[in-house]
Amino acid sequence: MKVLAPLAALVVLLFAGSLLIGPADLTPGQSMSALFGGGGASEAMVLVMREIRLPRALLGLLVGGSLGLSGAAMQGFLRNPLAEPGLIGVTGAAALGAVLALHTGAALAFALALPLAALAGAACAVGLILLLAGPRGSTLTLILAGIAVSALAGALTALVLNLSPNPFAATEMMFWLMGSLADRSMQHVWLAAPPILLGCAALLRLGRGLDALTLGEDAAAAMGIRPTRMRITLILGTAAAVGAATAVAGAIGFVGLVVPHLLRRAVGARPSALLPASALGGAAMVLAADIAVRLIAPARDLQLGVLTSLVGAPLFLHLIWRSRRDEA
Amino acid sequence: MNLLTLDALTVRQGQCPVVDGVSLTVAAGEFVGLLGPNGAGKTSLMRGALGLLPHEGHSSLAALPPNGRAKAAAWLPQARTVAWPVSVETLVALGRTPHLDGRPGPADRAAVDRALARMGLEAYRNRDATALSGGEQARVLIARALAQETPLLMADEPIAGLDPAAQIRTMEVFARLAREGHGVMAALHDLGLAARFCTRLVMLAGGRKVADGAPEEVLTEANLRTVFGLYAHVERTANGLVVQALGVTG
Repeated sequence: MKVLAPLAALVVLLFAGSLLIGPADLTPGQSMSALFGGGGASEAMVLVMREIRLPRALLGLLVGGSLGLSGAAMQGFLRNPLAEPGLIGVTGAAALGAVLALHTGAALAFALALPLAALAGAACAVGLILLLAGPRGSTLTLILAGIAVSALAGALTALVLNLSPNPFAATEMMFWLMGSLADRSMQHVWLAAPPILLGCAALLRLGRGLDALTLGEDAAAAMGIRPTRMRITLILGTAAAVGAATAVAGAIGFVGLVVPHLLRRAVGARPSALLPASALGGAAMVLAADIAVRLIAPARDLQLGVLTSLVGAPLFLHLIWRSRRDEA
Repeated sequence: MNLLTLDALTVRQGQCPVVDGVSLTVAAGEFVGLLGPNGAGKTSLMRGALGLLPHEGHSSLAALPPNGRAKAAAWLPQARTVAWPVSVETLVALGRTPHLDGRPGPADRAAVDRALARMGLEAYRNRDATALSGGEQARVLIARALAQETPLLMADEPIAGLDPAAQIRTMEVFARLAREGHGVMAALHDLGLAARFCTRLVMLAGGRKVADGAPEEVLTEANLRTVFGLYAHVERTANGLVVQALGVTG
């Protein structure tokens, strides 16, 4: 409890920051009146707020929340602090779908072709994973199936890049793969929000079972937990949340891995308490990173996924360093 | 009152039966020791009885729905898994999982306190469970199973790796649970402690039940020789049955 309130306050603050910061020079007063339709706001200001900054901030919230939450759920289920949401191959498959949409030109045909193709990619990955590690597989089968699907999606993505008709097309795909929240519209929000919210709702229900799994699969099963049902909920929930997040924002790395790590001690290491905390923490990290890319190099189009990895990797190293010292 | 009834329980690993048509009952007030050499099927028997392994034949526990079974029997696996650095109190409170409907209430907290007190762990309440020694961790995990407050407790080698005093204290806890009207079934390797504390012993060999009865009926020199390949000194003393393995036959 005492962790959730400050995290929620931080997310609110960063959400407001995301609304107020941007290349269009608006004062906070102008921004707010344009957003809420008060008097004195020009049509351009209204457009900037409602069609550019609001969707960007909302997507930061949704994407970050789903990455943090599914990372915490995945680590809890696999009882492995190195697990991350991309482990089951959904991220890679969604990226493949998006790259295919760019390659075939479908992305130019209509605005939502790219995210829809990415969602289709994620759905294919889930089907494959469920087939391989569904009702009867073990935890290890799930990990191995995820690695196989990720590798396959990665290879096919590389193939598409390889076959791209010209360097510009390849560059466009490369940039998309880095992950960004720039230039997204409310349409993207409406497309991504339902699967993300459904997926997150499914993952949040896993808390009790994840706590019981602290004692191992056998003890948890004997306490009335159904690990098979949990595994399917985890796969479907993560796929919906992360697949949709990747479909609209690209592959944003390290959030799902680092955030649960950062918050684990603060919630007393209880997997169920870590779920909401990581959702908030993930949202805060992505919102903060998205503000940072606008502040650091507004003209250079710095990609969000590059920044989260740049910040995330050293943070991760620091955590490893610290845990090494704790063990010594 | 029978807390567990097995009727011709068979558990297969591939084609090979690792538990072969075992029938037995555990009644309230009994502390049943499950004996047998490695690979005799002790763990498979208990996991099959709990419905954690596919099985043939009938087990009264496996027939229950998962949550009902979790309220009827607690299971203490041999693997001492503590995946996350949670506090001892949090870990023991996990035993309340089958009883929870939302947040833990005063009844749950009282059960956790009782379990901690039984295992003498009150002072460890706020310690990190992963930072404890192996023996302390074993006691915490036993407390977790006690906090489940089920009529039946099933434990797989609960005293392996404990120091002698902790082994005896743990056996005393189980014996007291049985006197209070619970049923306890534990797989054990220490024949001497099994002889002294269990009210009944079941001996397995090659997946079959070869003996079932009071300790002095089961721990005969003949049974120890054929099942364990041991020659042993068995004597009824003023302090109860004493069993001491002296050597290996053959």
